[in-house]
Amino acid sequence: MTIDTGNLNPTSQVSRPSGGSFFTSKGRYRAFFETWPPIVLIALFFIGLAIFVVATAPLIAPYDFMAMDLRDRLTPPALFGGTWAHPLGTDELGRDLLSRLIISIRVSMMIAFLSTLIAGTLGITLGFLAAYFRGRVEQLIMMLIDAQASMPFMIIALAVLAFLGNSLFLFIVLMGFYGWERIARIARGLAIAATEQGYATSVRDLGASPMRIYGRHILPNIASTLIVSMTLNFPEVILLESGLSFLGLGVQPPMTSLGNMVGYGRDYIQSAPWIMLVPSAAIVLTTLSISIVGDWMRDRFDPTLR
Amino acid sequence: MRPLLSVRDIKRHYQVRVPGGFFGRDALLKAVDGLSFDINRGETLGLVGESGCGKSTTARLVMGHIPLTAGSVAFDGQPVTARHDSDWRAMRRRMQMVYQDTLGALDRRLTISEQIGEPFAIHEPVMTAGQRHERALSLMDSVGLRADMARRFPHELSGGQRQRVVIARALALSPDLLVCDEPVSALDVSIQAQVLNLLDDLREQTGFAALFISHDLKVVRQMSDRVAVMYLGKIVETGAPEAVFKRAQHPYTKALISAIPTPRNRGRRERIVLEGDPPSPVDVPPGCAFHTRCPLAMTQCRLDTPLLSGDGDHLVACHAIHQSAQSAPLAAE
Repeated sequence: MTIDTGNLNPTSQVSRPSGGSFFTSKGRYRAFFETWPPIVLIALFFIGLAIFVVATAPLIAPYDFMAMDLRDRLTPPALFGGTWAHPLGTDELGRDLLSRLIISIRVSMMIAFLSTLIAGTLGITLGFLAAYFRGRVEQLIMMLIDAQASMPFMIIALAVLAFLGNSLFLFIVLMGFYGWERIARIARGLAIAATEQGYATSVRDLGASPMRIYGRHILPNIASTLIVSMTLNFPEVILLESGLSFLGLGVQPPMTSLGNMVGYGRDYIQSAPWIMLVPSAAIVLTTLSISIVGDWMRDRFDPTLR
Repeated sequence: MRPLLSVRDIKRHYQVRVPGGFFGRDALLKAVDGLSFDINRGETLGLVGESGCGKSTTARLVMGHIPLTAGSVAFDGQPVTARHDSDWRAMRRRMQMVYQDTLGALDRRLTISEQIGEPFAIHEPVMTAGQRHERALSLMDSVGLRADMARRFPHELSGGQRQRVVIARALALSPDLLVCDEPVSALDVSIQAQVLNLLDDLREQTGFAALFISHDLKVVRQMSDRVAVMYLGKIVETGAPEAVFKRAQHPYTKALISAIPTPRNRGRRERIVLEGDPPSPVDVPPGCAFHTRCPLAMTQCRLDTPLLSGDGDHLVACHAIHQSAQSAPLAAE
């Protein structure tokens, strides 16, 4: 008898908890971090925090973002010589930077979200129209796309804001024209590819109207790619809004936004750099997080990359 | 009586670019080149031929997927066009299609019951979602799918089950004509038999007419009331299955039939092996398209295109057969 009965003995297995199994605790952690890379987790956490701030901004802001306290002007942040009364310090008018940051994140995120929604709707509609009609209509839409893509959007935005003045509504609509051409191109390409696929043809064979084919079948099937491209549009709108606000053409005081804060903080860059650095850090972290998550989503949703 | 589907001399040519010269040269690919047939109510026409002979193009022309180059297709007196307008969509109530690639033909983001109920959502908008689900369940029952599959997605089913879903969806509105384009070629032999029997049963119950396309002679023979053999975009022989398979006249049909593997008669039956590949449909030989591979080829075959003719239902397009038919009475005298 050369069979080693030791392995059949339950006590000997208990004494070797990892006895040859692949499902060790180390393997589980590694598998977890392969599906959820740490950087993506951090980015997701930060996005979650930003969404929380957007949802509850007036409640969690310690002060009114417009309340001035001229005796407490230019206080540095806590740990840098300031007090915990103003954790991120105050600006040149004594307004609490933390409260302003919270409201700014809300305003900037709202603008970026609504604009991306407009750009997505516009892009998908035009892309689908081009894919459905082909021919002349498609050429016209592609010409519009090329025209939009060949002009620097910043210049267009400057011109529109200079001529039409500025209001939050107009600003959001204007930002909505940013990036639609890329979404339209993607939507058109995907829709043309999808109409050649069996499911679209077979639904047309059932007698479905084009609205039904595109809305109920093609859109859900290509939605993942479109959502990812819209996610990548989002941080760019935040940056654009920041740039325009920095130039004084975006969100107007007393309303505040991230770019607006950076723009008015630049006068104090040497004496009170935190006024500018705090919103700048928020811009960098938000856009970076969204880009990282967008990239990760593209990899996850794309079956060819899996 | 007016036939349900009347196809008259349909042609579908494609402009293609073939190698030659600096930039290639233009050429005409004749995928379907002058096809005529009728399908009566409740009748099944089997269309058989090797791959690339234009079977699937014929199906797409009959369904009005792609425009005709010439000829006409009439469904119950109404012309079938490739303009996908509301008339075309309304006609889908009465003509439906079953596909070879079932995974591609189903939307992978919708459940089985949603997809089977979709024809009702399209053509009977007054129906509520609950009624659609009821109808879908009863259709699933009639094609032999279990009710607990209603909430499944296409990729969770096997090929045979998916084909049942496609058939159930196609028959949801009880169409008069079902175009089956290689419905069982992607399935195992045992599953093939199940699906074919299902189609047969459903045809007996609902009495739809069918255009049944396959490269499998046995399948066509089992399913069809009439058979048409295609070679390079043309019908070369047509007739009742018994006549075509037992008393094949056209040399191409004979060669096809001799290629059916059988357990009996092994070694005893003469196996006709055709030489060479079928010519490319871009360069169809003049005259009879088959003369390059035909054992009976004569001078006339290179010059004139033979017409379908014969006595009764059994028609053949072959000069050699026609000549011998003409000379046979003479020899008898």
